[in-house]
Amino acid sequence: MSEIESPIGKSPPRLEAGEKASGAALFTADLAMPGMLHAALLTSPYPHARILSYDVTAALAYSGVKAVVTAEDISGGLFGPVVKDETALARGKVRYIGEPVAAVAAGDEKTARYAARLIEVEYEELPAATTVSEAIAEDAPILHDDFAEYFKVYQAPEDAGNIMARAEATVGRGLDGFEEADVVVEGTYEVPAQYHAYMEPVAALATFGPDGRVTIWSSTQSIFRTQANIHEGLGIPMGKIRCVAPRVGGGFGGKAEASGQLVVTMLAKKAGAPVRLVLGRDEDMTTMRARHPGTLRVRTGAKADGTLVAREMEVWLDGGAYADDSPAVMNLALFYARGPYHIPNVRTLGHAVYTNKLRLGAFRGFGNPQASFASESQIDEIAEKLGIDPIEIRIKNAIQAGEPWLGGQVIATSALTQALKAVRDASDWTRAREAAPGCKRALGVSAMAHSSAFLASGAIVRLQGDGTVILNVAAVDIGQGSDTVLSQMCAAVLGLDFEQVAFATPDTDSAPYDYATAASRVTHTVGRAVHIAAAGVRDQLLAHAAEMLECALEETELRPGGRIGVSTDPPRNAEVTFGDIAQRSIWAAGGPITGSGSFMPHDPTDPEHTQMSGFLGLEAISVLTFGAQVVDAEVDEVTGAVRVHEAWCAHDVGRAVNPGAVASQIQGGFVQGMGYALMEEMLWEDGRLVNPSFMDYKFPGTLEAPDKINTIILETPEPSHPFGVKGVGEPPLVGAAPAINNAVSAATGLRLKQIPLTSERVLRGLLGKE
Amino acid sequence: MSGEVDITLMVNGEEQVLSVPASRTLLAALRDDLELTGTKNACSQGVCGACTVLVDGMQVNACLLLAVNTDGCKITTIEGLGEGGKLSVVQQAFVDSGAIQCGFCMSGMIVSATALLAENPNPSRDEIRQALSGNLCRCSGYVRVVNAVLLASERRGA
Repeated sequence: MSEIESPIGKSPPRLEAGEKASGAALFTADLAMPGMLHAALLTSPYPHARILSYDVTAALAYSGVKAVVTAEDISGGLFGPVVKDETALARGKVRYIGEPVAAVAAGDEKTARYAARLIEVEYEELPAATTVSEAIAEDAPILHDDFAEYFKVYQAPEDAGNIMARAEATVGRGLDGFEEADVVVEGTYEVPAQYHAYMEPVAALATFGPDGRVTIWSSTQSIFRTQANIHEGLGIPMGKIRCVAPRVGGGFGGKAEASGQLVVTMLAKKAGAPVRLVLGRDEDMTTMRARHPGTLRVRTGAKADGTLVAREMEVWLDGGAYADDSPAVMNLALFYARGPYHIPNVRTLGHAVYTNKLRLGAFRGFGNPQASFASESQIDEIAEKLGIDPIEIRIKNAIQAGEPWLGGQVIATSALTQALKAVRDASDWTRAREAAPGCKRALGVSAMAHSSAFLASGAIVRLQGDGTVILNVAAVDIGQGSDTVLSQMCAAVLGLDFEQVAFATPDTDSAPYDYATAASRVTHTVGRAVHIAAAGVRDQLLAHAAEMLECALEETELRPGGRIGVSTDPPRNAEVTFGDIAQRSIWAAGGPITGSGSFMPHDPTDPEHTQMSGFLGLEAISVLTFGAQVVDAEVDEVTGAVRVHEAWCAHDVGRAVNPGAVASQIQGGFVQGMGYALMEEMLWEDGRLVNPSFMDYKFPGTLEAPDKINTIILETPEPSHPFGVKGVGEPPLVGAAPAINNAVSAATGLRLKQIPLTSERVLRGLLGKE
Repeated sequence: MSGEVDITLMVNGEEQVLSVPASRTLLAALRDDLELTGTKNACSQGVCGACTVLVDGMQVNACLLLAVNTDGCKITTIEGLGEGGKLSVVQQAFVDSGAIQCGFCMSGMIVSATALLAENPNPSRDEIRQALSGNLCRCSGYVRVVNAVLLASERRGA
């Protein structure tokens, strides 16, 4: 009997790597249609103002202009993922500088941009609240007067002014647990707004067909979230909205919700022509999204022997002008507040607050980088106070399989201890590194957990007439490699090489629902749906084969390359191919062979274990994965500059379907986290972003990123998944900032509680200490 | 329209005669007039390198250069690196090294790597990092990008 060589665990070149290398890959800004118009936005110059009137006469009269839209053209209602508080263009009020107020479609981009400036909007300026402290002040201006009436998917606080969400959770004895502590460490940590800096700026192209249906190609992480937002925001039935994702140039969370698609749809309808919008980098930075800046007060109590007994965390996140994912991000910050440790008593409290700046939203880590920067820094502070090695104290308290997570969900597997030992050994943890003259150098560690099963996914696998297989999913490959990985899983079920699976472009007209490329969920959650769908096709193939080969179903045997034989027969005497079966199914018996799979995680929380209020449902979040990182960092005592020489990143992925893609996620995630730790910070003055360009907002290039990022892939199979997989998209970013902060502290004795650790901040700290 | 200038470019070995406004960047001329969309616009400031092309063999940011200033020049874009429908050695090395993720920065990255190897066929990792310091990538963390250039260097030497 011949063995099928499984495509699982292989790292072939990605399906689309060739087209990307040749320059042929088509991103949204590369698409054009006959008669296509170009869009430009007019954005708000005020952080908070009432819109009194519009005058679009001059813009419309300008040569080449085909359409102008304002909020007066909006036919739909409010939209948003967890609070419906947004409109396609500002209506009634503007709430941040850069908020789209009107848009123009013209024959070329230059004309559109010029004409947008000809639109006259009369504003009445209102007092603004551009920071959390301003927004929660007693006499703060209220951003959303109608907040109480908005649709929300969680219990929002009442009469709380600009506080859009408040949640709390208590485990064990909560704050009383600190009575058990011999030492208590407390600190307040500040984290910055980080810009996603996906290389492809937001872009969208819409066209209405003669049937009245609109097709939207856009740079998105979710074609179905795009469809839902257009449906809700513009009042178009979903049946008339087709969303397609061409190649997407990165997302990192920033493109999960609406990003330009509603405006082009409005313009295309009004102009009666296809319309494309491509944001400039400055526009993308001022109008789109970023990671929540925030303040986190954290307290940790431990026994003298290092046993952690109590944790308190109070989180304040700046949510910006529209809720977007803010309440959920805040919830997940609390979800990770305890860290990956067995701490019996926990009390967490979180707030997300409206302010007059751009919406803060999903960004790789989703609340976890903020929580983990604070809590993992604090673990080192405790270790130092008790004179215990930072890795030792983490191993001592590491959460194990079978223990409940915050919320009460039970962890199926935990490779945390293994990960900590792996980075300790690989980094030669106790060996001192030689620093350059005038520098101090040390290693720092962090540990992290993150979920990888989240919300709903579907998949359809179809056998075509020649026996080839096509896979339809809505999951968008935003660079992480999911087209290839999902094809590998589909192929594995059917005994095919992954290249024998045709991967269909994500399209709401053909693919079943999928929530989004987000939350480290695609390999796990979409993978489960793909497995169900492919297994359905396999079972139908085997049933056909049994009839064709006149054998019992149990005797049929899947053979490599799309063949089925009889196990009791000498090999290959009697065999049918997928092609033979496909022909039989469509011309003789049974009908076309199609498999479909639907999946949604369900892992209820336990109110006996954790008392919770104000949370969105956590039962569709599951499958925690663990990891640990060590960094070797050097601090220049003259300039304050921090350089990361090397990193060791051990992450449990359950099982690596594609080890190469896993390594890429780890390395890229670590460097993005390093940017968060050392240099990335969006800065506003009176509500105006002062660094809206790659010139002024710096993120790591080849000269800053370390050349040695050692990836250690741990494989503890996830029992609930047919291939044993977990996600890895986010954890590598989560660990970077605390590990680097801990290294800086170990090197210099300086414990900073605010990132990024810019040269200036480090130098001030060093000077202040001396 | 008045104010347009006639220019002749040799783009990827083909002569192109264009009439462009004096303000048009080389990037816009390539993407919009010649429909060579492989070259990307990501920052419009010459910071990120996504628009890197070769002008008379020299690596430049096409977003910073006016098309009229390249009149008579030989331009090579990502589309012009391969031959006979096959990827160039450098392009193939990026594919085989798993260096390509979202791909948006890759046209510029691969053009920069090509320019480096033309000048220095056997670069060290540090030299590669120096040469690619004007090409930003948000996906990879750069380790596999450097691996790809080394692989290309080895294969070209072989």
